[in-house]
Amino acid sequence: MRAHDDLRHQPSQAGQAAQATPQRPDHLPRLLPTGFAAGPARLAEHCARYGTPRSSSLDRRRREALIEEVERSGLTGRGGAGFPTARKLAAVAAQRSPVVVANGTEGEPASAKDKVLLARSPHLVLDGAVLAAEMVGASQAVIVVHHSVREIVDDAVAERRRAGFDRVRTRVVTAADRFVAGEASAVVHWIEDGLPTPTRKPPRLAERGLGGKPTLVQNVETLAHLALIARYGASWFRAVGTAEEPGSMLVTILGAVREPCVHEVAIGTPVQEVLALAGGASAPHQALLLGGYFGTWVDAAAAASLPFSSAGLATLGASVGAGLIAALPGDACGLAETARVVRYLADESAGQCGPCLFGLDAIAGEFLRLAEGGTSDLGMLRRWLGQVDGRGACSHPDGTVRLIRSALAAFRPELEQHAQGWCRATGTACILPVPPRRQR
Amino acid sequence: MRTGSKLQVDPIACDGRGLCAEILPELITLDDWGFPIIRDRVVPDRLHEEARETVRICPKLALRLEGPH
Repeated sequence: MRAHDDLRHQPSQAGQAAQATPQRPDHLPRLLPTGFAAGPARLAEHCARYGTPRSSSLDRRRREALIEEVERSGLTGRGGAGFPTARKLAAVAAQRSPVVVANGTEGEPASAKDKVLLARSPHLVLDGAVLAAEMVGASQAVIVVHHSVREIVDDAVAERRRAGFDRVRTRVVTAADRFVAGEASAVVHWIEDGLPTPTRKPPRLAERGLGGKPTLVQNVETLAHLALIARYGASWFRAVGTAEEPGSMLVTILGAVREPCVHEVAIGTPVQEVLALAGGASAPHQALLLGGYFGTWVDAAAAASLPFSSAGLATLGASVGAGLIAALPGDACGLAETARVVRYLADESAGQCGPCLFGLDAIAGEFLRLAEGGTSDLGMLRRWLGQVDGRGACSHPDGTVRLIRSALAAFRPELEQHAQGWCRATGTACILPVPPRRQR
Repeated sequence: MRTGSKLQVDPIACDGRGLCAEILPELITLDDWGFPIIRDRVVPDRLHEEARETVRICPKLALRLEGPH
């Protein structure tokens, strides 16, 4: 069973039921429906909560004003890289006949936040995709979604068509179920040629992407925030979060917590409060994986009181990444957990760049020997990490190297024990989900 | 004026034949799997001709010299 099948959105008690007169949502969650109703928010409920989006072809001045508003909001990409959204919008808006791609691929097995968002609030994402298209002057938006939510998104698109809602053409595409498939150029490659692999840069997608056209690729959560900024403005958006990293974000919380879930939190909420939203620890925590599989292992006690923001976590060399916290219980082996994930990441190399294809495979083998207490060469491993870092067409090798380096630092005491052939872990449960190994 | 040319490898096109490291060992070494690591991407003037030759001879056309020529 996939781990995210377990993950449910936990509605906030603070939210109000949809009201007849739409009001600005003053409380979190902003993006996810409030109350306990199951299933996706229908178009009528969506409009009752947020109001009907103004869908009109925007004139140049209105477009520029909206991009400025997004800039004032400080919204950054919620797919992991955290790039300023307004800058991407402006770069594509300056080009002729662009296309918009809403990226809901979420190929990372541990992350569920984009799937939960699309399953609960498909119309908010569609509002954002259509709005982004209008803002950059695109006539088409392609919505790429994980197969588990495809039907929900199809239904939402059909509902909007019946209501004559959007002036922009929307097309839904099922994402490739691969880890690298979510990288922006891989998403475009997948839509165009059915190949979920990154492509060389240059050209940048903002110049030449889908069908040779300038292409804006934005994560689906980013687009949902965009839809609300257009309605309520930058100041509203900035009312939560920190001055440097304003707004809220969806977080997937898994591992040794009572109720693994996806929650929307204000950026900067202390890590221990985020964990409390998942019912708190189900066993004492030794370490947390922050950001995702390209993220960083940190000591659980050191991270507990830090703000969940990239600035707050920087002291531990971590960042919020794609909004993920995985809690490692005290009886698990962090090296063994990491070794499984590294093997998976090596297998998920697109196989296009030599250092990634051969280097990650060698690294995964060496790291596994180390985790299993076999004869391993830590010096060789570090040498290889240095050799593959930054050597791919995408950041797949870099992200994997980051994870391993953080594991070597966070589980340093265990390294010596493992070298002597023993491990203090007594638990056998796997914390980080990894799909079954495919035939290569 | 050609100061500041940058040597870049397209990692997708490259398949590790290794000719570049033989011609331009001053700037290019190979990793443990035979793929080129460009030590200093900015090509000094005295190596400009060798760099151009290296770009020309790559069987996969995976090298590029960018910037002022």
